[in-house]
Amino acid sequence: MFRKVLVANRGAVASRVIRALRSLHVQPVAVYSDADAGAPYLAEADECFAIGPGPARESYLNQDAVLHVLKSSGADAVHPGYGFLAENPFFARRVQAAGAQFIGPSSKWLEAMGQKTAARELMARHGMPMAPGSSVLASDDEAILSQARAVGFPILVKPVGGGGGIGMISAADERALEAAVEKARSLAQRAFATTDIYFERLLEESRHIEFQILGDQHGGVRHIFERDCSVQRRHQKLIEEAPAPLVDRATTVGLADRLASILQKLGYDNIGTIEMLRDKDGSFSFLEMNTRLQVEHAVTEAITSIDLVVAQIRAAAGERLGSILPAVIERCGHAIEARVCAEDPWTHYPSPGMLQTFRPPLAPDVRIESGYAEGRTITTYYDSLLAKVIIHAPTREQAIDKLDRALGDFAVEGVKTNIEFLRAVLGTAAFRSGAVHTSLGSTVLPSRRKMENG
Amino acid sequence: MGDIEVKSQMSGSVWKILSKVGDRVNEDDVMIILESMKMEIPITAPEDGIVGAVLVKEGQAVGEGDVVARLVELG
Repeated sequence: MFRKVLVANRGAVASRVIRALRSLHVQPVAVYSDADAGAPYLAEADECFAIGPGPARESYLNQDAVLHVLKSSGADAVHPGYGFLAENPFFARRVQAAGAQFIGPSSKWLEAMGQKTAARELMARHGMPMAPGSSVLASDDEAILSQARAVGFPILVKPVGGGGGIGMISAADERALEAAVEKARSLAQRAFATTDIYFERLLEESRHIEFQILGDQHGGVRHIFERDCSVQRRHQKLIEEAPAPLVDRATTVGLADRLASILQKLGYDNIGTIEMLRDKDGSFSFLEMNTRLQVEHAVTEAITSIDLVVAQIRAAAGERLGSILPAVIERCGHAIEARVCAEDPWTHYPSPGMLQTFRPPLAPDVRIESGYAEGRTITTYYDSLLAKVIIHAPTREQAIDKLDRALGDFAVEGVKTNIEFLRAVLGTAAFRSGAVHTSLGSTVLPSRRKMENG
Repeated sequence: MGDIEVKSQMSGSVWKILSKVGDRVNEDDVMIILESMKMEIPITAPEDGIVGAVLVKEGQAVGEGDVVARLVELG
């Protein structure tokens, strides 16, 4: 096991990883930007290092600054969390070159799955079902139009270098295509430093179901069931649950087994998630693979009692899956997570500011993951996640009720939050019945506007 | 220059400026795009007018309620 691990992240995930390191008796080393100085989780680390000003590219994305701390702290591994440098193969290679372990899959995997069209081609070659999609778009309008017609409308324009739902633009028909392509290129350039984009058929009212994968460095790969992350806004997940409701168990577990065996054949060697879409007819198609810990890992932890962050670290330290995971992974009950964000509940515009009140619900069966505390300021430099609220209960119905109560007990003043929106989604008949889909979040908005206007 | 204030509804940094002095803009046209909390936030024209002044530069930080541009009423 490692002796000392540098946590190259901030907020809720830094707090979570530090806790996992503590339970493994590994010394956590934290880094922080000027904007995060004094953050509550820093006190849990053994050492803390300032790495630069608030803007992420000058601190959490500043590889030189992070690698400098790696050297001066003498840490023997880096945990990148999610976001920032977590899926950057250049950074992973630099960590390895510095003689430390990157806690994640080997850099060739970050590369293979980071280029989304190449990842689709790789997975299709290995028999994974695919929704209609294009290769990287050509540069002239006529060729783009024929690529779009081959995929079929409605269409989603996606960045090749993308992930996390960033920079995806939909076009309902050919008339909307040009503007969507132009907007997607500009977003891709800014977020991923390449204008390469591609098309995917937009499957309306489909569900986002993803499969948790864990591999070791000895050829072992297993799945740890699925999560449903269909409730989103702006293509970003808001409510996640495990197991996925209203799916055929045998089909779902059969698919999970198949995915694990494909990745085993390919030699996948750490934590990862395969994101799939499930169409209205029940068929699954590959979306992308995330080569890191996911924000929503906690719902899988709740139903399996497996600490995924600990498991990931142990696998990166060279342990075998046989010693990390139980021989049979049992599922127990139902778990739901809601992401409480500092934003307007109805426009979803971010709402930075000072947390004059910040009192997460206190109950033994409510798990809170947050990087904030009362008196701290939500700056405009990072995403708007305030806290994750995770509930585990014997049944889905009980989990929904408890989550609704927990959100109602969450006191936040000083910034706007999406709590009201989350509770509105939880209250819809569609969500209650388990008939979730990726447009459910947006169906709550028009009914709300109608209420306000009349 | 101009009587109509164009204000930022929230704090962030100026990502793109889409209007220049002399442009004719219509109500709700996007004039400036802010970046805040990993999102793009459009700043739109409050009414029809001619751009009289743009008071921010790309990359500049702005606060909630800051005047970022001015419009001259259409004569």
